[in-house]
Amino acid sequence: MTSTGRPALVEVTGVEKRFGTTRALRGVDLSIGAGQCLGLVGRNGAGKSTLVSILSGLSEPDGGTVRFGGSPAPRVGDIQRWREWIATVFQHSMIVPHLSVAENVFLGASPHGTAPGTVSWHTMRRRTRDIMREWGFDIAPETPCRELSVEQLQVVEIVRALARGARCVLLDEPTAALERQAIVRLFDRVRQLTEAGVAVLYISHHLEEVFEICQDVAVLRDGELVLAAPTASLGKDELVAAMVGGVRTAAGPTSPAPGPTSPLTGPTTPAPGPPSPVAGSPPGAAITEAGATVPVSATPGAGDTAPGDTAPEATPSAGTAPGKAAPDLVPGDVVLAVDGLTSDSARGRLAGVTLRVHAGEVVGVTGLLSAGVATLGRVVAGAEASTGGEVRLRDRLVPPGQRAAAQRAGIGYIPEDRRAEGFVAMLGVAENITMTITRRLAGRLGVLRPRARATAAAPLTAALSLVSSGPGQPVSELSGGNQQKVTVARSLAHNPSLIVAITPTRGVDVASKELLLRSLADVATESGAGVLLCTDELSDLVICDRVVVFVRGEVFTEFGRPPFDRDELILATEGLVTEGPVMNGTARAAAYNPAEEAAQ
Amino acid sequence: MISNQAPEGQAAPAPSGTAPGAAATATAAAAPAGAMASRLRGMNVNVLREAALLPVLIVLIIVGTLVSPAFFTASNFAGIGEQSSALGVVVVGESLILLIGGMDLSLESTFGLAPMVAAWLILPVSAFGNGTQLNPYLGIVVLLVVGAVVGLVNGLLIVKGRLNGFIVTLGMTIVLAGLQNGIVKAQSLFNLPSAFGYLGSASVGQVPVSLIVTAVIFILTGLFLRYHRTGRAIYAIGGNQAAARAAGIKIDRVKIGVYMAGSVLAAVGGLMEAGRVSAVTGQQGYGEGIIFSVFAAAVIGGVSLKGGRGNMVGAASGVILLGIVSDILDLAQVSNYWIEAIDGAVILFALFLARIVGGESTAEER
Repeated sequence: MTSTGRPALVEVTGVEKRFGTTRALRGVDLSIGAGQCLGLVGRNGAGKSTLVSILSGLSEPDGGTVRFGGSPAPRVGDIQRWREWIATVFQHSMIVPHLSVAENVFLGASPHGTAPGTVSWHTMRRRTRDIMREWGFDIAPETPCRELSVEQLQVVEIVRALARGARCVLLDEPTAALERQAIVRLFDRVRQLTEAGVAVLYISHHLEEVFEICQDVAVLRDGELVLAAPTASLGKDELVAAMVGGVRTAAGPTSPAPGPTSPLTGPTTPAPGPPSPVAGSPPGAAITEAGATVPVSATPGAGDTAPGDTAPEATPSAGTAPGKAAPDLVPGDVVLAVDGLTSDSARGRLAGVTLRVHAGEVVGVTGLLSAGVATLGRVVAGAEASTGGEVRLRDRLVPPGQRAAAQRAGIGYIPEDRRAEGFVAMLGVAENITMTITRRLAGRLGVLRPRARATAAAPLTAALSLVSSGPGQPVSELSGGNQQKVTVARSLAHNPSLIVAITPTRGVDVASKELLLRSLADVATESGAGVLLCTDELSDLVICDRVVVFVRGEVFTEFGRPPFDRDELILATEGLVTEGPVMNGTARAAAYNPAEEAAQ
Repeated sequence: MISNQAPEGQAAPAPSGTAPGAAATATAAAAPAGAMASRLRGMNVNVLREAALLPVLIVLIIVGTLVSPAFFTASNFAGIGEQSSALGVVVVGESLILLIGGMDLSLESTFGLAPMVAAWLILPVSAFGNGTQLNPYLGIVVLLVVGAVVGLVNGLLIVKGRLNGFIVTLGMTIVLAGLQNGIVKAQSLFNLPSAFGYLGSASVGQVPVSLIVTAVIFILTGLFLRYHRTGRAIYAIGGNQAAARAAGIKIDRVKIGVYMAGSVLAAVGGLMEAGRVSAVTGQQGYGEGIIFSVFAAAVIGGVSLKGGRGNMVGAASGVILLGIVSDILDLAQVSNYWIEAIDGAVILFALFLARIVGGESTAEER
């Protein structure tokens, strides 16, 4: 299974898992040796989460065995003993925010005090401090976890795993919420773990990351293990092919070179030493799946759509069918005018942002996590109030901080965190998608027929290849990628003049990612809507006509014409300007770019 | 029929698979048959889920019939209906508030205060009224206005003032109960005009008017929740408020409206109660502690205290269950000293049984 003769620390043989009629796992064999970093990849719904849940001791396989160090795994549910072998750092933080770091590290396993039934705070803090020191982390055990950054919370979870003596650490999408520098540091930590003999199972959508830190990679597809090989022996194309299977042979952008999954560029495997976390040069392609330059394909006809999933007539319907009224925009008109926008948001402040989005234009906004990229999206969408400046949509002032008013004005919104804001989990697919258009669907007296919802949602689900058992299926039962499609469909349903999308492809597999991006680009070209794409995922920017880079809440620079150069983009997000044609944007870019900023 | 997750009319475009394109064309042909099947399947599931209490009710009716020959008679059922109607209307109001993820303890005080204020304005000084001698029909309008105002104040404090709903309505409960006694100096008001008492005391044949009105309120509310855009917005808000806001739903407006509707329904329930006992006493509502029965009925009926889940079929069966239980206890001539203990035990048992029959949908989160 794996490449080396190291003893198998964790061994999974013939594991089966069913959910009703769905076979989530079909006889999966997997083994991880001490000191090995094994990457586990697969599209949404391939069975990764199920396998994670089984490996974490949270659910029991219907067949097959899990063995730790050669002997059978503890009983499912005996979490304490299970954690001595394997501990999972979940994608969604399992930290209690109001407790201290030490309490979270020893959550459920607090060291005993002298009297029976008591907790020794002293031992708890001391042991936390010891482990932190041993591994070179520096978070004080007394700190309340609510004060920590996402990266620090992850460190606390890793420390928790180590504190229980886990010999295998399972990292589930660990980079999803991290910014570039933090990812570099995470990779250092992973190497540190494997060098110390800890096994790491690394689950990611980002193939570049897998190539960078995993010695071996295993691919799940439809519940089966279709490939397991040393990463060094594989090309990225082979990996993608294994993930998507034989279906994707057509001219889709995934398999051949262009598009977000183009072959690795540059030195992705790190230099022998640990990568130096020097600003501006994180290890190249490790961060995104984009090639060195990102070709644009915003036109709907070009390059065809992802094979099989969008019928030719279905694509236009994404923008126009559900309600006939396309926003009658003339290409080139200013759709969105943002002037001097300021905000004190905790997600990153805005310090006087001015920008324009024209009809049919996809404008990318990118920058580091704290640069205010998401804040801009939220403020424009009315999800958050600003402290100054104004937002105009087609020359009409949009009242700040009122999502309902912004939507009525014509601003569609794909929120950053789909679980928190993207859908109502217990309601059906169609109901969620049409939640933005109940006024239009409702008859006199506000009566809303379920069939009308299903009919209105159908073209959108088709255009986005949203897979569900029916329009009434609760969104909670869908895979992450399909949930995101629900969120996107919801924003498209009301024929917005402007779509604000914040990190729309986060946690979404490669194929769905393309589909989502393409559907946004298509809406722009077909309905003339503008798209404001706020993202820290550089590979999302392929669909953009223009990219604005934020540094510390201000427009730092602008890239006017695709293809955008990755390295230049990265430098710009760090607040550095390369000589040469970076400022190929417009005079406007210079105007918003005061001298002191350039000096920073 | 009145559920929050009825079938959505059409079959899904594609079953799961890796070739959605092919699947989509295939389903296009198979759509009509598939639609029927999925619709039927959906119906069955919903009927089961909503009728979770049905077996419990059947068992209770059998027990009742065994306990007393007087149980399985039309007049007894009419009696149960009359007894439960007022409670039922309040349960509708509380269920609406629970569905948006709120809770309102003060409904029980509105249940007493609203008819008290109305009766006080209607009756002459000699009957402890204030002497205005308001027209009884205007009195009913006043009753509704009192409900609406209480709900508005609660809603504004909770939604706009962002205060904790539990404490706001707890405080409000005590304030309103104090007003209820204060304005009439703890007297009880009798000799209510017949127009005022009609709703709670009249019958059409053997069927009490209050029962008919309550049934209509349940059905209309159920249809509203199922088929009205505001009804759907209530589920969306209760299910995930942030998502509902991001979808452009006017959260504040809907929530305040629901608090108002809940209090108005409580006032109507109070009017029924006053008519039934031909008096408004200082004890009505808060003094009797009816809010416990209100919550018990709603929760037994599957309305989640966390919001977003529950429906009127469930709430109605919760009310009926409580009504039958207390009727059986009366008929069995259980000693008054023991009635409360048995009543409470039956509530716990019903909750447990509903959980088993209703499956995951009635389970609390782990």
